[in-house]
Amino acid sequence: MSAPLVEVAAISRSYSMRSGMFGRATAVHAVDGVSLTIARGQTLGLVGESGSGKSTTGRIVLGLEPPDRGEVRFDGKPMATPGTAAWRGQRARMQMIFQDPLGALDRRLPVATQIREPLDIHGLGTASMREERVRELLRAVELTPVHGARYPGALSGGQRQRIVLARALATKPDFLVCDEPVSALDVSIQAQVVNLLADLQAQLGLTLLFISHDLRVVRQISNIVAVMYLGRIVEIGSADDLFARPEHPYTQALVSASPAPGRRSAGRIVLSGDPPNPAARPQGCAFHPRCPRAIARCASEVPALETVGGDRQVACHLVTGAVTRDAA
Amino acid sequence: MPQLVSIEDLRVAFNGVPVLRGVDIALQKGEALGLVGESGSGKSVTWLAALGLLPRHARVSGSVRLEGREILGAPAAELDHVRGGRVAMIFQDPASALNPVLTIRRQLCEALALHRDLQGNAVKAEARRLLDLVGIPDAARRLEAYPHEFSGGQVQRIMIAMALAGNPDLLIADEPTTALDATIQAQILELLSTIRSELNMAMVLISHDLGVVAENCDRVAVMYAGRIVEEAPSNQLFADPVHPYAQGLIGALPPLDGPRRRLTAIPGTVPDPAHMPGGCAFAPRCALASDPCGLAAPSLAPIADDRSVACIRAESSRRALLGIAAE
Repeated sequence: MSAPLVEVAAISRSYSMRSGMFGRATAVHAVDGVSLTIARGQTLGLVGESGSGKSTTGRIVLGLEPPDRGEVRFDGKPMATPGTAAWRGQRARMQMIFQDPLGALDRRLPVATQIREPLDIHGLGTASMREERVRELLRAVELTPVHGARYPGALSGGQRQRIVLARALATKPDFLVCDEPVSALDVSIQAQVVNLLADLQAQLGLTLLFISHDLRVVRQISNIVAVMYLGRIVEIGSADDLFARPEHPYTQALVSASPAPGRRSAGRIVLSGDPPNPAARPQGCAFHPRCPRAIARCASEVPALETVGGDRQVACHLVTGAVTRDAA
Repeated sequence: MPQLVSIEDLRVAFNGVPVLRGVDIALQKGEALGLVGESGSGKSVTWLAALGLLPRHARVSGSVRLEGREILGAPAAELDHVRGGRVAMIFQDPASALNPVLTIRRQLCEALALHRDLQGNAVKAEARRLLDLVGIPDAARRLEAYPHEFSGGQVQRIMIAMALAGNPDLLIADEPTTALDATIQAQILELLSTIRSELNMAMVLISHDLGVVAENCDRVAVMYAGRIVEEAPSNQLFADPVHPYAQGLIGALPPLDGPRRRLTAIPGTVPDPAHMPGGCAFAPRCALASDPCGLAAPSLAPIADDRSVACIRAESSRRALLGIAAE
């Protein structure tokens, strides 16, 4: 197997937050020791609730924000210093897609101009080559030059997200970070965009980091899925296997909370309590106050992410403890 | 069985553009009805129109009866008794439905004073009881808190408490969990179903999430472009959808287990209400459309005891269904 395209080694990022005007500044650990590797042409799905640090992870991986600790390596090389020519070259190879396409597009420019913009910025090709490339990109996302001449306001939500996708692909990137790309779309349109993304990935050999709270969509598009809770990865494994046999109590609750047509809510795990505040992280395992199976050890000791067989890694005393016992 | 609400041929037009094009809904006491459909299909407008909550420039026609009494176009005084009293409504964004500068107690007591004959300490005791009922811990103290001191899930619980203040017979929940995280969504849905069975309250659950509706409703109506296209008991709808649009919606949902398959996306987009296609509104996106589909819009017709579909192919589907039943 070739070297992974993206390697994330133990990145952490904290923000300082003040409560009230004279309150003491407290550190909010948005991301805490996250490591990931994404092989070329593969998709890593990142799931978790709001405040779990999945978007911050995406931003750090893309170099939009530096990590406090840890390192991101892209294609074997560390991320260049922001603002330098090397950084600009690297950034052309990685792009991002956000949840809200209307917010990501300029309402006062025809969308074709916006697709062309990255080519102008990175100085790729002559003017006529750029025009040709825009037409090619519109075709790739199954739109026509007629759509290209329109303004974002005159397009539907699904069409706008296609435009954002076309713009992200303009510089022929190797790596795309998609942050909730289909969450704002209706089910039938969501399926169109998911299929399109899968097709483009296969054609262009794209590597994806796919961030979403929707387990179904993540499973559909990912090879590997990582589950985050309060800034840490609590479970990671192959997409097919992870949701079929979740090991971590939090993953189990998430899977159980995902409503399925044709299944009544019998046997659902309903977690008590609210999603915790990243500014007031519980001691020990961050999940233990809501965990139905927590033991005394969970309140004092942070569980490490350990392999429990195959490609599955879990950070839970109950799961990894049992494996150690079995082995003994 | 006693009919709680019956809506007949409800139509709404904004500036001459029809957005609701003849909706019939019958709801029994204590029943949970799910309404699914994409944005713009008219799920919310149906109930806003029924309760007289649409802006004045909306043209509303048809009939909405609450236990036999016509409430469409009823005088404001009568509607004030219905809204918040007999019929309560909760929305997707609970935070914007609360006043940020008033305590929860003030807002809950206001609802109680409007709809219940309670005075003095009885109001406060009732407010505390409602907060307890919706699972807000330490209710007595939390009554004095402001909306921003609660999390998103808790604010939705408070909205449910306010909705319950008038002892409603019907709760209309419009995307009540869409803005919430998965584990909190599960909590709120469980709360709604507990309260519903305790108070024997009917519920209309409006959602774009088929799974949410399937699990929490007895019956589901699928809406498309201002009409109901299929209505069925929820287990039957999801096991065996008849209308091509209902089939498409279910096929577009990625599975959570079993083998992965390519999603069967519905091509195209929802038609613009100002340029509605002649005939069946779904025909331009329908893989099974034939010439007759473009001629006249099919009406919602029964295909079995408790199922109806608005599709010209339903006739053959009915034969198939009867065939299955005969076996």
